[in-house]
Amino acid sequence: MSLAEQVLGHERDNEDGGWITADGRQIGAVMMEMKNITLRFGGVVAIKDISFDIRKGEIRAIIGPNGAGKSSMLNVISGFYNPQEGDVFYLGEKRPKMRPYEVARQGIARTFQNIALFEGMSVLDNVMTGRLNHMKAGVLSQALWKGRAEREEIENREKVEKIIDFLEIQNIRKKPVGSLPYGLKKRVELARALAAEPSLLLLDEPMAGMNVEEKEDMSRFILDVNDEFGTTIALIEHDMGVVMDLSDRVVVMDYGKKIGDGTPDEVRNNQDVIDAYLGVAHD
Amino acid sequence: MPDQLLFAMEVFLNGLMAGVLYALVALGFVLIYKASGIFNYAQGVMALFAALTLVGIMEGQVPFSHLINAVFGTEIHHFGWHLPAVVAIVLTGVVMIALAWAVNRFIFRHLVGQEPIILFMATIGLAYFMEGVGDIMWGADIKKLDVGLPQGINTWIDESTYEIFGYGFFIDNLDLWATGIAAALVIALTIFSQYSKQGRALRAVADDHQAALSVGISLNYIWVLVWSIAGFVALVAGIMWGTKSGVQFSLSLIALKALPVLMLGGFTSIPGAIVGGLIIGVGEKLFEFAIGPLVGGATENWFAYVLALLFLVFRPQGLFGERIIERV
Ligand SMILES: Nc1ncnc2c1ncn2[C@@H]1O[C@H](COP(=O)(O)OP(=O)(O)OP(=O)(O)O)[C@@H](O)[C@H]1O
Ligand SMILES: [Mg+2]
Repeated sequence: MSLAEQVLGHERDNEDGGWITADGRQIGAVMMEMKNITLRFGGVVAIKDISFDIRKGEIRAIIGPNGAGKSSMLNVISGFYNPQEGDVFYLGEKRPKMRPYEVARQGIARTFQNIALFEGMSVLDNVMTGRLNHMKAGVLSQALWKGRAEREEIENREKVEKIIDFLEIQNIRKKPVGSLPYGLKKRVELARALAAEPSLLLLDEPMAGMNVEEKEDMSRFILDVNDEFGTTIALIEHDMGVVMDLSDRVVVMDYGKKIGDGTPDEVRNNQDVIDAYLGVAHD
Repeated sequence: MPDQLLFAMEVFLNGLMAGVLYALVALGFVLIYKASGIFNYAQGVMALFAALTLVGIMEGQVPFSHLINAVFGTEIHHFGWHLPAVVAIVLTGVVMIALAWAVNRFIFRHLVGQEPIILFMATIGLAYFMEGVGDIMWGADIKKLDVGLPQGINTWIDESTYEIFGYGFFIDNLDLWATGIAAALVIALTIFSQYSKQGRALRAVADDHQAALSVGISLNYIWVLVWSIAGFVALVAGIMWGTKSGVQFSLSLIALKALPVLMLGGFTSIPGAIVGGLIIGVGEKLFEFAIGPLVGGATENWFAYVLALLFLVFRPQGLFGERIIERV
């Protein structure tokens, strides 16, 4: 058994340190690397000197008790929060301080723990708005080259319809989002993020508040997105069963600190994690 | 046809034309309000400022000349040029975009997430500040503005209505032009905000900031964009009113004409601003025509507000405004 096998439970068979998973998916080079990130809100230290990486093609989970700093970490990755210390490396390059919309334009899409949809728009319009970055034509060229603008619109519409089919929300595509039940809203939010064709997808508790059946659907969608589109995914989730099933590697946070990092089996057997997290009752 | 009906028709037409202009001014409010939740009290002063700047640039007036002369003991007033109206309008447009940028950069960027009342008060401050700056820059005297729009009675309408009805309608050429331009602008703005990429982004920002950011929309870009559009709308309104009654302080009061339009049409609805503008325009002119003589006239000052208030009681969200639903 190689060292990598002993550590990770699977073989590191690529030069870039990637590997092939048990179900045959290719995990590639490091895509996003967080180095010694510290984030404070006044006196509260939400993230304390945390480092970890996300590899191309993997499903990376971030877990931890309430208030551990998981959402804060996702907000740092997506540029919504700027850490006081530490560096973010994206595709091998150190990322300067960026605004959220700039991060989004780099191909990083996200959903929110508390759902942020365009409540006044239809499902279709919400998902379509996710494609804004792929709409090239400006005001003038839209007026001057109507043909090109129309072709672009049709292309975008086709992509959007595909995503809507994929997430099985065809029957509500014309409905105003504000009227939808919680579980469907979460799905629409995922659809909008997917519409951007992101290389990295960040999901903040995509299954919170769902029943078992809805959770199973969502799990399947997440796996399919990863498998079919090759999208790298980082997700926060409280349901340990789901996390163990979905993720390739898990970061465990507690009180802003990283207390575990590895395969689901490893973190499950990590004593610090058991003490700090699994022993704590959760909603 | 009875004379009274003919007079009423003439009044109706004039009301419609006034209404298009009200709609245009109201649109300036709606765009900013939709995208940023700011009720821009300064919209009227922006029209005054735009008209002052336009006259100044056209006539080659040296900005801040009074101040410069007082400080340096010089006697400069004019650059000695006369620019064609088109060039001056384009340059004034550039000034209005710069103003939009500055307003966002130095005021509203720092007030993101504040209570609406704070934002509103900031626009009151902005209004008086701009009024002062306009005075210092271009002087407080009443100025004539002539960008070459035709004025006076439209003889074709006068003659042809005379032939048909035996009574010639008095329609001012300037009003006709103003209506045409305002209508074109209203249509262009509607198409822009419904169908363009920027319009989609604008609606997204209006709906949810976080979500808009997450799909790659720069809030600042959208805010500067809507303030620029509002500045452009103000410029057009300033030209129309300024040509009619001279560029002077009272020009800033056209904003007050837009207020009942907004109450009627809803603060967030583009079609509401258009239909509301037409209703107010026609309503106040017809009311003045029919009831004015009985009560001693001058009903135009208050009728629009009464109409809007009545409407508000029965439909607080306006004609097409979004239903106000309490979020829990
Ligand atoms: N915008 C903010 N301003 C002030 N404090 C914040 C802010 N965001 C997060 N915090 C604080 O940072 C800490 C971590 O919060 P965070 O939301 O990241 O936790 P979490 O792990 O996502 O928790 P949960 O499981 O409840 O979602 C908490 O103490 C929280 O109060
Ligand atoms: Mg959270």
